[in-house]
Amino acid sequence: MVRTAGEIRFDAQQIAGRPTEDIVRLGIAHVPEGRGTFTQLTVEENLRLGAYARRDTGALARDFARIYDYFPVLGERRRQIAGSLSGGEQQMLAVARALMLRPRLLLLDEPSLGLAPLVVREIFRIVRAINREERVSVLLVEQNVATALDLADHAYLLETGRVVVSGPSAELRRDDAIRRSYLGY
Amino acid sequence: MEIFLQQVVSGLATGGIYGSVALALVMIYQATDVVNFAQGEMAMFSTYLAWSMLNAGVPYWAAFFATLAVAFVCGVVIERVVIRPVENAPVLTIVIVCIGLLVILNSVAGWIYSYIQKPFPSPFPEKPITIGNVFFGAHDLGALGVTLLVLLFLYVFFRYTTLGLAMRAAAQNPVSSRLCGIRVGWMLALGWGLAALVGAVAGLMIAPIVFLDPTMMSGILIYAFASATLGGFTSPGGAVLGGLLVGVIENLVGTYVKFIGTELKLTVALAMILVVLLVRPSGLFGRVAVHRV
Repeated sequence: MVRTAGEIRFDAQQIAGRPTEDIVRLGIAHVPEGRGTFTQLTVEENLRLGAYARRDTGALARDFARIYDYFPVLGERRRQIAGSLSGGEQQMLAVARALMLRPRLLLLDEPSLGLAPLVVREIFRIVRAINREERVSVLLVEQNVATALDLADHAYLLETGRVVVSGPSAELRRDDAIRRSYLGY
Repeated sequence: MEIFLQQVVSGLATGGIYGSVALALVMIYQATDVVNFAQGEMAMFSTYLAWSMLNAGVPYWAAFFATLAVAFVCGVVIERVVIRPVENAPVLTIVIVCIGLLVILNSVAGWIYSYIQKPFPSPFPEKPITIGNVFFGAHDLGALGVTLLVLLFLYVFFRYTTLGLAMRAAAQNPVSSRLCGIRVGWMLALGWGLAALVGAVAGLMIAPIVFLDPTMMSGILIYAFASATLGGFTSPGGAVLGGLLVGVIENLVGTYVKFIGTELKLTVALAMILVVLLVRPSGLFGRVAVHRV
């Protein structure tokens, strides 16, 4: 994405134009669209890489346990090559890897893309749990409006790159125009 | 039978050296999709460096490790200074840069040290080692041991350390690596450093066999290409195994096929490249990437 105007600030710091590696070290974890897992590495190695930018490596063992708690299927497949996982499992791995950073902000880019509805529901359930229990802020970009509004506290509606509506999710959900155009009832 | 065993062991010794150079090629190829044609000349230059130190009276193993350290640093510097600016250029550009590096290193070595062949000492005793009634060259066994140690070190490094893991990640998926906070540029530079180090070990081990001169690695590089092609350019372990195979085949064919002898040995390597590319282009252990989407 190319920034054409304005600024991007995180925790009062300008971050636009800074190298990705440095932004990660501020505690921002990004799950890109299309997952971006290391398909030739094992599940466990993917998770180790998620914690690469962290200094407090002593707490890692506990975090592995925590992640396998949230995603039991990843625990079962920890020695498997990530490329052999199903699409949904790879998406879980992508989220899990981001969490290994112990981020302050988690960016999720279309986590539902190309996944079965049941899998999408499972992933969103976990993201909600992480948001509530771990107190991690989540910035979610999602075309699946109903699911996104269920999860979010605050929502922005973008049309061709502009914010057209914003407000608490509950309010957007009640908005008649949005309901008709995006929720379909 | 004795001759056969001797030829196999000395084949394994030179094969291990081909295998290490092949491994250095594969390491850089996997990270950057580029075959570093200057790999051999970098190793040759390192060996001259060791020769200078030995001539100045530095004990062998001190010179050995000092050379490895210098080779590592030079590898990193070459990546940063010469390769980095063309990193995103078409592959052909980078290949030309590597060939340029080859010519420069070759000429500078010739200019400093002259093109006259120099004997290079082996750290191992001259007396052959006898097992049963078969004589094995001590240098052959020693070189094989050193090569295997280097390979073991690399295996442990890439398999079990976080830095090694980060280097593998950077080679496979640079974008995701950045998202994990890995400084991909530095990982590539480290890769060049390690490849240069492995190459230096190969140079130091082969020099007592082929003698030291600025073109000593040109033949070795072709064997290394044969090894990497045979084992598969995508498989580090395959490259090493390919090296051992090439070394043994080269020796046995040279011994038992009369018309080949020592003169046509290099042709055997080239023929092997050709056959592998025709029959199984990905090599014996080359991976055909499996993806589930």
